[in-house]
Amino acid sequence: MRFERRDQPSAVLTLLAPVGAILAALVVAGGLIAIAGANVFEAYGLILKGAFGSRLGISETLTRATPLLLTGLAAAVAFRARLWNIGAEGQLYMGALAVAAVAMVPGIASLPGALSIPLCLAAGAAAGMALLLVPLGLRLRFGVDEVVTSLLLNFVAVLFVSMMIEGPMRDPLAFGWPQSVPVPDSALLPKLLERSRLHAGLLIALAAAVVVWWLQSRTVFGMRSRAAGLNPRAASFAGVPLGRTLIAVACLSGGMAGLAGAVEVMGVKGYVSTDLSPSYGYSGIVIAMLANLNPIGVIGAALFSAVMFVGADSMSRALGIPSYIADVTVALSLLTMLVAIFLTQYRIRR
Amino acid sequence: MSAFFDILLTIGMWEAVLRIATPLIFGTLGVLLCERVGVLNLGIEGIMSFGAMAGWLAVYSGGDLWAGMLAAALAGLMFGLLHALMTVPLGLSQHVTGLGITLFASSLSYYIFRLAVPTSSSPPTVEPFRPLPVPWLSDIPYLGPTLFNQTAPTYLALVLVGMLAWLLYRTPLGLALRMTGENPHAADAQGIDPVRLRIGTIMVGSALMAMGGAFLTLAAFNSFFPTMVQGRGWICVALVVFASWRPGRALLGALLFAFFDAYQLRLQTVVDGVPYQLFLMLPYLLSILALIVMARRARVPHALMQPYRRGER
Repeated sequence: MRFERRDQPSAVLTLLAPVGAILAALVVAGGLIAIAGANVFEAYGLILKGAFGSRLGISETLTRATPLLLTGLAAAVAFRARLWNIGAEGQLYMGALAVAAVAMVPGIASLPGALSIPLCLAAGAAAGMALLLVPLGLRLRFGVDEVVTSLLLNFVAVLFVSMMIEGPMRDPLAFGWPQSVPVPDSALLPKLLERSRLHAGLLIALAAAVVVWWLQSRTVFGMRSRAAGLNPRAASFAGVPLGRTLIAVACLSGGMAGLAGAVEVMGVKGYVSTDLSPSYGYSGIVIAMLANLNPIGVIGAALFSAVMFVGADSMSRALGIPSYIADVTVALSLLTMLVAIFLTQYRIRR
Repeated sequence: MSAFFDILLTIGMWEAVLRIATPLIFGTLGVLLCERVGVLNLGIEGIMSFGAMAGWLAVYSGGDLWAGMLAAALAGLMFGLLHALMTVPLGLSQHVTGLGITLFASSLSYYIFRLAVPTSSSPPTVEPFRPLPVPWLSDIPYLGPTLFNQTAPTYLALVLVGMLAWLLYRTPLGLALRMTGENPHAADAQGIDPVRLRIGTIMVGSALMAMGGAFLTLAAFNSFFPTMVQGRGWICVALVVFASWRPGRALLGALLFAFFDAYQLRLQTVVDGVPYQLFLMLPYLLSILALIVMARRARVPHALMQPYRRGER
């Protein structure tokens, strides 16, 4: 058996790849559900029902998809340029912390929302950027591989957040759990739906997907970032300023991750705590790959992950299957997607 | 000031150094093996988590401690095989595959743990490895209790360092391994099958990673809990760069790292007014620093992260 490269990746297969990958992941995860002693179809039925079966389910799914969409974009943008940003989790936390910090500035509470909301969002994005510029700087200056440094910075960032919310940013009125001083009402994102947690962050994330798509497919920056990813040497010979391009990519990627933290604080929590993100940053990597790094595809992939997470929570309550099954399925879909993409590019010959 | 120094004189501190270093030695050797044949294995973080769970589960359900280590090693072999099949014959991105393995292995370990222990009360404990004093040697003042009063897996880790160095530099197999990591085409021309050798080596390396994880549940602590690996896997990846892909220096790096970790833990109790999080950040910052210092000097295996397909350049 050997593999033969296709001249042109099959367009039909490329579109089918994520579907096949998700189905394959669901089949394997189904085996794990069966091992746990539950009826697989009933479990998947309950997952779908939990995610879509009620007004609450739908609004929760969309709320959950919001940060995932942004971290998915963060990974997609970076990976396209072969910038291995695995630090979205830390960038998300720094973005969240920046919002809380801005909210503590005297006078912010009296600003109108039209001013304070953009200000907080910008601060969040900027903090995410700043954190990603560290590993990128180390790569450009010292030749340090950014994978490990951006991973390690995740731990540093969460510890930093913990230090701040137990120290200078601690909410004196919150008993027990350490959390930051709450964000004033004027900086909270408006709700999209009464009596739900769904907030305008979803619109921001959707707009971000469109903006990223436009940047990548319609601008010089997009062309350069793709060239830097495909073949940095050739790109450099062709006059692409590699360093500058990567810095721009890092700003966009880190900005998206920082924004994810910002909208989570301004839309859902209202304050920062160290349980803000159930590894949204890492899930973003899966989402970007499932979308084949396409910004519009990220919307669908984020939705799939959100359905799994929200649905598995309610299925878990009904059947007693650990809700970690959602994490397992999402992680598996990354592995199956890698194989699926391979099959779009290669033929198997005997 | 003397408090800073007093810590260094306690036996507990030096005993802790080897204990903290042990999982890192296992993990670092695992990463080193994989990278020496040219494959990055970012699955380590998840494989360690799964090893920790598998070791704990085997002992919790009645096996003895070495059965736990074995269960972890077998699980490591399986995840290694998965990583190897995806990155070697298929030549998929080693970065993304490794991260996928980490996400998969860690979430699967949490899932299985929750199946075994459905209620979220305090995690059930097992009877961990006891320190095994080496006769005579453990009676040496200072040196004895620190070096020769460790648990059996710690001795195993130290022996493995020597064995791996011998294997890499003194045996034909070691030469074949290094050649595959430097130039798989040349290895192939010599009649070595780079694909098979890579698959086998990644499996063994992943088994070592899983045993490092099992040390956490079976010796360092006595129970499993999610996120217990805490980035130790990533630190191992950094340590391999620091070690320039040499087993002896990997041991040195792990010990040095463990020294700082043991020191900061004790410093926390001595120093007032400094947030404890700053101390906890130190290990990660130190790893980054080690990468910066060594990045330019390190001699990376030439074919690292380059998939090999016969007849394709």
